[in-house]
Amino acid sequence: MTDHDQARWTADEERYEPLLAEKDTTEVDVDGGPLPEDLTRDSLELPSLSEPEIARHYTRLSQMNYGVESGPFPLGSCTMKYNPSFTDAVAGLPDAAVHPDRSAESVQGTLAIQYALQDYLARIGGMDAVTLQPPAGAAGEFTGIRIARAYHEDRGEDRSEVIVPTSAHGTNFATAAMAGFDVVELPSDEDGRVDLDALEAAVGPETAALMLTNPNTLGLFERDIERIAETVHDAGGLLYYDGANLNALLGRARPGDMGFDVMHYNVHKTFATPHGGGGPGAGPVGVVEDLAPYLPEPHVRETADGDYERHAPERSIGKVHGFAGNWLVLVRAYAYIARLGDEGLADASAKAVLNANYLAELIDYEVPYGPFHHEFVASAGDQDAADAAKRMLDYGVHPPTTKWPEIVPEALMTEPTETEGPETLATLARAFNGVAAEDDATLEAAPERTAARRIDQVDAARDPTLTWDALDGKGGED
Amino acid sequence: MLETVGADSEADLFDIPEAVRFDEEFGIEARSESAVRREARRTLGRNDDLTELLGRGHYDHYVPAVVDDLAGRQEFLTSYTQYQPEVAQGFLQALFEYQSMLAELTGLDVANCSMYDAATALGEAATLSQRVRSTSGDRVLVPESLREGKREVLEQYAAGPDIAVETYPTAEGTADVEGITAAIGDDVSMLYVENPTVSGAIEPALETLGEIADEHDALFCLGSDPVALALLERPADAGADVVVGEASSLGLGTAYGTGMGLFVAREQYLRQLPGRLVGAAEDASGRRAYTLTLQTREQHIRKERATSNICTNQAWLALRAAIHAAVLGPDGLVDLAERCARLAAETAERLDAVDGIRAPVHDRHHFREFQARTDQPARAVADDLESAGFAVHVVGDHRIQVCVTETTEPELDRFVEAMEVVA
Repeated sequence: MTDHDQARWTADEERYEPLLAEKDTTEVDVDGGPLPEDLTRDSLELPSLSEPEIARHYTRLSQMNYGVESGPFPLGSCTMKYNPSFTDAVAGLPDAAVHPDRSAESVQGTLAIQYALQDYLARIGGMDAVTLQPPAGAAGEFTGIRIARAYHEDRGEDRSEVIVPTSAHGTNFATAAMAGFDVVELPSDEDGRVDLDALEAAVGPETAALMLTNPNTLGLFERDIERIAETVHDAGGLLYYDGANLNALLGRARPGDMGFDVMHYNVHKTFATPHGGGGPGAGPVGVVEDLAPYLPEPHVRETADGDYERHAPERSIGKVHGFAGNWLVLVRAYAYIARLGDEGLADASAKAVLNANYLAELIDYEVPYGPFHHEFVASAGDQDAADAAKRMLDYGVHPPTTKWPEIVPEALMTEPTETEGPETLATLARAFNGVAAEDDATLEAAPERTAARRIDQVDAARDPTLTWDALDGKGGED
Repeated sequence: MLETVGADSEADLFDIPEAVRFDEEFGIEARSESAVRREARRTLGRNDDLTELLGRGHYDHYVPAVVDDLAGRQEFLTSYTQYQPEVAQGFLQALFEYQSMLAELTGLDVANCSMYDAATALGEAATLSQRVRSTSGDRVLVPESLREGKREVLEQYAAGPDIAVETYPTAEGTADVEGITAAIGDDVSMLYVENPTVSGAIEPALETLGEIADEHDALFCLGSDPVALALLERPADAGADVVVGEASSLGLGTAYGTGMGLFVAREQYLRQLPGRLVGAAEDASGRRAYTLTLQTREQHIRKERATSNICTNQAWLALRAAIHAAVLGPDGLVDLAERCARLAAETAERLDAVDGIRAPVHDRHHFREFQARTDQPARAVADDLESAGFAVHVVGDHRIQVCVTETTEPELDRFVEAMEVVA
């Protein structure tokens, strides 16, 4: 069936890895030690294993996990590109490990890297100033929308609405609501882009901002971006750029030049920092000059003597993270950008877009919208996209994002990234096409060759079991 | 490849109107891998090599090498959110184990698999207090001594739902019970207490504070961290409804503030929790398997009605914390925590013997850190200490704060000697 066998994904019951607590636990008495007993707990029960046992446990667990180095990972919208190892080495430099409350004078090296990264990101996004503090993309959105609110309030305007296209990332809606705005949903036109008439109708004196991803979640560039910007700005609103898809535009177009006022960068996507099984990422925010006074404090700037200092922008919204954001991620992004430079960054977007187009040509599923850029959304047609994805696992590859955006029926949102070569893309295409030719029964029975078979998510949610103490026999031997 | 896609060049594939095309250069010069490493080493080498006696929310504990080794396996490090649980059983099980350990440490029922840091976790707790049915009102009470940055982050989260963040007084570095009694009312949805507090003081009246919160139907939210939790009164026993805090005290060490927010709660709040949850389930063959669960709380399903906008979190740091806890085991973790309490007491006593220093300022037991009064202006003392190779916090005109863990313990003699010179 496939040349990409992954033997370690096994249904061999003997090789299932027990929970740490099922191996051995100890309950120790806490006698207070140096503290009076009324300030301390009575006992603590935790797993108690030797280091070799622990090493084998986590090694075994890692073998039941698929990462970017396991094989292709075309998870649309997540930009699962190869993470160059040397950036880990840079993040691991002993001098990178300083406490955030150190005096600026004593951490000039750290501030220099922060300043350099702020500068790189500003150039790449066409922005005037950048904060590195937001710890993830969604936190960047929240920061940007809080900045928009402060900006409007300073002008005596209490604007209550944020406009979000229907096809946008769920975070956009949630962010606007968290920041206290009403969400106005904007339908797409029949080409899958912003419907200008609908936008005209949606904007008004209550519009605080339009949040837009470009290219959008279908991979399409919003060709009317200048008119979109004009419409929003004429209504007194700000234009927010969701940086999730910036990888498509590196060195080709910049949000700042398109009329965006504020944006976030997903450094774990665009700048290849490892996704860590769900994080940490980082979500720096760039702004145009008018919004720079609102950036979170502290911000790093250069002094007249060529040193670096922290300062509070004059109308700062305050902090958005307890300290300086996800520094260990940011320093990796710095190293990646420095390694690639102008040429490498432009090459990344070129290859990302070429790879998406190439893969789309090779697969049998229909791709209804285009021309797309770094990702495309295929339709599984009569098949259930989630079932198709499960079946792709049996072909030894990670499947695309499924069933989203909803504008494409049974969506398979596919982002191969620039780091895959033609042979890997051909492997992916064989998986797509193999699955496309199979019947529903085969799909519904999938996956068969993975560490776990299809998992009953409905049951998991009906009867949530979130700790080993709560297990009570669930699917286990106890 | 170009032929297959029918394009003459890669540039042809970009559907970007000319007016917004970028034809210039960023002006970022590419370097070789070795040059970037050399340059980063040289740049970061500008940081002074100081012994950091710093804490106030970011702590250094020795991280065993095996933690780096295991967490650094590419299958963990380069994977992502477990949208396909059948090929993510390893990470899901590790997160399930993390949740289980946090439940044991707090005595509460359910932990999520991370927030960004302690400050954002506190912000999420405040908004949680607005969503749960058992509370009413739009005020949350926090200590006046709350770290300023944490307060600012809380204010960001509070602004949307119009929550008023108000403070209660502290006495001897911990919550002032009378002050809280005066400040609280039925319109308070959350009472937030730290143990240990930002100044390292251990709260002596935790149960009383829990009762006060309960009387006013306010969520009792406790701030702590997993090392302190191994020793101090179990939050569940003091009536805590939610525990937040900085879990990166395990598994990470000093990282310029990179954090990992813990968030643990009673089961009754489960469906209002922010963030990701891993649950045990069964697969088609009837065997136990793990999966992200209750995702209808989350933004990718529920959009503007989600409990939070959080998507990418700090999962890899939760993995690190879990491995670190496993390596220490219950004995090792309790030993470490006892050492933190002992070191704070001993260091304070030694500084108190130095002319010009009174320590600790607060008549309390301490954990890791404490405040000291300086006869000289604190700024001058700290500057002189920095020249002598030590970093401490300045927290008042005549007040410094000193944090000691097992990583700085070997430098203590030199530190006390330096203090004798500068104080």
